[in-house]
Amino acid sequence: MNLHRDHIAGALIAAIGAFAVVMGQSYGFGGLHNIGSGFFPVVLGVGMILLGIAMAVWPQRSITGLVAHHKIGAPDWRAAAAITSGVALFILLANSAGLAPAIFACVFASALGTSRTSLKEALLLGLGVTVFGVLLFAYGLKVPFPIITGVLN
Amino acid sequence: MESSFAGLAHGFEVALQWHNLMWCFAGVIVGNMVGVLPGMGVLSTISILLPLTFSMQPVAALLMLSGIYYGAQYGGAICSILLNLPCHPPHAVTCLDGYPMTKQGKGGVALGITMLAAMVGAAFGIGQMMVLAPYIASIAFKFGPQEICALMLLGLLAGSTLAKGSPIKGVSMTLFGILLSLAGTDINTGNERFTFGLLELSDGFELVAISLGLFGIAEFLKSVNSVAPTGVRAVKLGFRDLRPSAAELRQGLPPILRGTIIGSLCSLIPGTGPTIASFIAYAMEKKISRTPERFGYGAIEGVAAPEASTHSAVQGDFIPTMSLGIPGDAVMALLLGALMIHGIQPGPRLIVEQPDIFWGLIASFWIGNLILVFLNVPLIGIWVKLLMVPYRYLYPTALFFVCIGVFATRNEMFDVAATLGFGAFGYLLLQLGFEPAPILLGFVLGPRLEENFRRSLLLSRGDLATFIDRPISAVFIGFCVLLLLAQAFASYRKMRAPVRVPANAFE
Repeated sequence: MNLHRDHIAGALIAAIGAFAVVMGQSYGFGGLHNIGSGFFPVVLGVGMILLGIAMAVWPQRSITGLVAHHKIGAPDWRAAAAITSGVALFILLANSAGLAPAIFACVFASALGTSRTSLKEALLLGLGVTVFGVLLFAYGLKVPFPIITGVLN
Repeated sequence: MESSFAGLAHGFEVALQWHNLMWCFAGVIVGNMVGVLPGMGVLSTISILLPLTFSMQPVAALLMLSGIYYGAQYGGAICSILLNLPCHPPHAVTCLDGYPMTKQGKGGVALGITMLAAMVGAAFGIGQMMVLAPYIASIAFKFGPQEICALMLLGLLAGSTLAKGSPIKGVSMTLFGILLSLAGTDINTGNERFTFGLLELSDGFELVAISLGLFGIAEFLKSVNSVAPTGVRAVKLGFRDLRPSAAELRQGLPPILRGTIIGSLCSLIPGTGPTIASFIAYAMEKKISRTPERFGYGAIEGVAAPEASTHSAVQGDFIPTMSLGIPGDAVMALLLGALMIHGIQPGPRLIVEQPDIFWGLIASFWIGNLILVFLNVPLIGIWVKLLMVPYRYLYPTALFFVCIGVFATRNEMFDVAATLGFGAFGYLLLQLGFEPAPILLGFVLGPRLEENFRRSLLLSRGDLATFIDRPISAVFIGFCVLLLLAQAFASYRKMRAPVRVPANAFE
């Protein structure tokens, strides 16, 4: 089980490196006397491939045995879904519906990322931050959004 | 020396200007607060406030952002000593003896000693910066692109291998950071790199998007369900409780001085910031003590030495950043990035060309630390109350600030989406055991590294030997090789040694 995590880590780094090498080749490598745009991407990519291999071949071991977080922690799907949709809603709503709905949706959705927060708490927190955020950003700092599109500009 | 005092006098003129003073004050107070709050790190706070500083004067911006960094050190100590919460990594080790002192009713004394340690450590660190930074810069004046390149390489290597975590992973994060910095239009050739046809990427990624993704959103994802609610009771302390007795002072003073020296040495090596300094200082005190068995049960030395070393390391951290333009850790990389956004080119010329920034910053260190020493105690009560605000209320609010802050950087929604992407990727990296901090080092130094590398080879007509033909650059390259060999040797020994499992690991 110990090996598992660093194998994936190594593969990830090597994959990014390979991507950089492939992309870098189309930018023109140039020569040592006249370095092209592709030189750094290719060199960095090769470095990352080597490091990725090294990572997978010699996985990290804990020194003390006390800190043995070598298994991949189960991802926190609830938090991930809540925070992702919070940001996504902000992006979607800010331009179309206005600042206030965007703030509310962002805070409300992300607050539900933990089961300790109840629906009512999330609602209240969302409303509170919305009032504060609108006052600060729409009136204080003049963010270029309508507060509520079509209603309050 | 003469010019230092003239510079300092000028610095005070700058730092005492009303709005600079105000921002310095705001910075240290905010820093003090986030030092207390678990789950809110210095890096994420500086990232969140970074967009706010774009409309400010560069001096004020830097004073405030730096204030957050050293202000947090004061808050972190309170948390460790009074509440046994290692809110802030450099002060985790202070818990070991600070909290037992609190349990014995000597929490006030521990804080008093901490403040003395902070004053001595910070004063030494700032003094060291006043003397060393201009001196180092004056040497670096003569550096050609070869030397700059070799020095950056050394800085990047040290920054990514000496910090916590696996060195292989650290270096790969640095390389990834450099790779990220290449995205956008290549200034030398006009080619677009890694833009995928997106117009928004033709200027590259925004520093704010990367740092808020990696240190904001990724941290939230990690902490949402893991930061435990803290059972905190009210703490009452007055100035009178802080006064150590003469005997306690005698006991605490030598460790303070030793800690200060350790901190200032650590700060000069990139990658070994305040956290490592505090651990070394604690370990050394325990080793040289005639009564090591007292450590862990409220030994005053175990509070004094690490605290002094943290504060002197924090101030010393600014030396390579301001004199060479080479940041030693992610916080410094972020500050340099902030300067660059204001159009200020970091490097050895900064001190001479921007005396307002350099000397203003130093003067603000004196002022900020003084403010902190006096305000720390009255504010303790407020911060402890703030600790009762659960993290689950904090992070959604912070998330909104992240969104609007990134957007406001250049009024571009694309950057908010990029932040989310970096956040998700950062979370993946954390899950896989990476420390994402070196990404920022690579990202900030990447463009200058490429430019100086190109220039070096242009000057030498494509001869790579130019890096070892020139003596100074050869020394830097030599250090790089030594560093790599030492790391390889250490990993080899670790691999051969049987894994030691302490007897109590499974209790």
